[in-house]
Amino acid sequence: MARAVTTQRKAINTTLAWAVGLLIFFPILWTILTSFKTEAQAISDPPVFLFFDWTLENYAVVQERSDYMRFLWNSVIIAGGSTILGTIIAIPAAWSMAFVPSRRTKDILLWMLSTKMLPAVGVLYPIYLLFIKLGWLDSRIGLVIVLMLINLPIIVWMLYTYFREIPGEILEAARMDGASLREEILYVLTPMAVPGIASTILLNIILAWNEAFWTLNLTAAKAAPLTAFIASYSSPEGLFYAKLSAASVMAIAPILIMGWFSQKQLVRGLTFGAVK
Amino acid sequence: MTLKGAFFAASALVSVSASALSAEVLTIATVNNGDMIRMQKLTDDFTAKTGHEVNWVTLEENVLRQRVTTDITTKGGAFDIMTIGMYETPIWAANGWLVPLDDLSADYDADDILPAMRGGLSHDGTLYAAPFYGESSMIMYRTDLFEAAGLEMPEAPTWDFVADAARKITDRENEIYGICLRGKAGWGENMAFLTATANSFGARWFDENWTPQFDSAAWEETLTFYLDLMNDAGPPGASTNGFNENLSLFQQGKCGMWIDATVAASFVTNPDDSTVADKVGFALAPDTGKGKRGNWLWAWALGIPAGTQKEDAAKEFIEWATSKAYIELVAANEGWANVPPGARTSLYQNETYLSEAPFAEMTLKSINSADPLNPTVDPVPYVGVQFVAIPEFAGFATDVGQEFSAALAGQQTAQQALAKAQALVVDAMEAAGY
Repeated sequence: MARAVTTQRKAINTTLAWAVGLLIFFPILWTILTSFKTEAQAISDPPVFLFFDWTLENYAVVQERSDYMRFLWNSVIIAGGSTILGTIIAIPAAWSMAFVPSRRTKDILLWMLSTKMLPAVGVLYPIYLLFIKLGWLDSRIGLVIVLMLINLPIIVWMLYTYFREIPGEILEAARMDGASLREEILYVLTPMAVPGIASTILLNIILAWNEAFWTLNLTAAKAAPLTAFIASYSSPEGLFYAKLSAASVMAIAPILIMGWFSQKQLVRGLTFGAVK
Repeated sequence: MTLKGAFFAASALVSVSASALSAEVLTIATVNNGDMIRMQKLTDDFTAKTGHEVNWVTLEENVLRQRVTTDITTKGGAFDIMTIGMYETPIWAANGWLVPLDDLSADYDADDILPAMRGGLSHDGTLYAAPFYGESSMIMYRTDLFEAAGLEMPEAPTWDFVADAARKITDRENEIYGICLRGKAGWGENMAFLTATANSFGARWFDENWTPQFDSAAWEETLTFYLDLMNDAGPPGASTNGFNENLSLFQQGKCGMWIDATVAASFVTNPDDSTVADKVGFALAPDTGKGKRGNWLWAWALGIPAGTQKEDAAKEFIEWATSKAYIELVAANEGWANVPPGARTSLYQNETYLSEAPFAEMTLKSINSADPLNPTVDPVPYVGVQFVAIPEFAGFATDVGQEFSAALAGQQTAQQALAKAQALVVDAMEAAGY
């Protein structure tokens, strides 16, 4: 009898989980469906769900009008570069805070996070002027550095949380065996924290890929990533929802595919500690 | 190699280097609309004629506005040509941020630019941005619904006629609403429509001493009229409707009338997208007999930021893109109905265009009836029909737009919204030092 209740509960939980999942996924699904409609079907009322004349015309128009590969390549370099650079800086920072904390460590962590509380537009002009001086406007290197700085607090916080769960004794043992600091971090800490580091990297790639404020404001023609590609299809005077949807699908497809293949790693890293 | 051969080789090298030096790569920021996209497709013609190449940066209108404003105020130099509107041009020109376009070639025929457009894009009588296309607003209405209701739309209707017709046409059971108007908050959304409407009711944003006027009887009459009309004959949820939402409603046959940008005429008469393409008539925006109609004036224009290193090439591009020859190029490639409207007088003297674009005549009349230098019944100290060309306007007009939108949503009365608007604008103007 008790078993029957469990099965029923399981069924409810599964249904609920699917319902929530579908609800969250619905906007993306709707965007994908709209991208295969004509502009007239995209705005039809009542909306058409599956039974319409599927067309690839929007993708053809987008492909013809924009150099998709250039935007994609910029996104890959900017998101990848900023994440790699951020991780290289964050691993030693998180190590020191997790294993040799000082009286001020907690304050420093909180201060780092507080930089995320400032609205980005508040520092637009200083950053823009700095970029002009450095010659970084519309350059990939400039964006790699800005996005690295923006995401650094999150990377440090996430790594700090994972590192804290690794017993300090293991590192101590490595030290007693004669490991240098570099060897300790590189050969003992990092392999143990791989799931945590991997999920941090994945999450930051997603954040950098989707970042739209700085990538739109600091680029023009050369370094513009996929966020600018999408923005070029949005229009307050004209109904181009189907084309906008096609552009959106093309922009999110790479990150969606990456997320799909790495979801196990991502979920494990986000829900469990580093050594569990 | 003989001496002669060497001489010719050297000459050839010099000439190639010279042409390579004079050929520039221009970066142009622009908005995403049909006319601009068409221009991007035709850029090869410009490159073939001048040797200059073009990099396009296409952005959504509001994103573009923020992007180019940041760049021009910091002298960033990211763009050689910017697509700007009638709001920015006089402000930026007064600050010395734009290159004056007073030395365009004789072939260009700057006098052919429509006077209303020229006035709105000039500062102290000098042109600072060349109009690529221009628009006003007008009434688009369903001829079949008017016929069924026994109504006949005059060419220049009054607001009373429009309100009466809207109420007669409304058939909520069949989802037909007499009139669709903008309600979404924003200085370029509901406030563009309401400011132009207020002009026709004798209202104004400021008196000659820059004192805000939302406590005037004319503004109360404007807002009350708009709210009553929309409550009686507007679609549900109108407080979130902007251009695109109303376009969608009209194309699906749910609006008896729609007062909005003249550029919408080509959309609602396109049978590929509109279910009512063959049942649309046009009329001038309404008035109240006070001498001003409720239509606005806008142009997307090309301007050159001061300090660009490529001023000459940028001027060559502007001359190409806003010339009579460009209009003919578009006509040859895409048909006369797709040429950029509202910028040049000669276009409206072209019989082929007039016959192929059923909305052409009404567009011209609407543009000509708007005067950005004298927009209101009573005198005002500002330039602009549906906006006030001062830098602070976009900010406080959006705040006022939110109050009016809330009134349309039924969250407050017209009087409450106006009182808040007055307080908001008084504060903003005091802070700005007026």
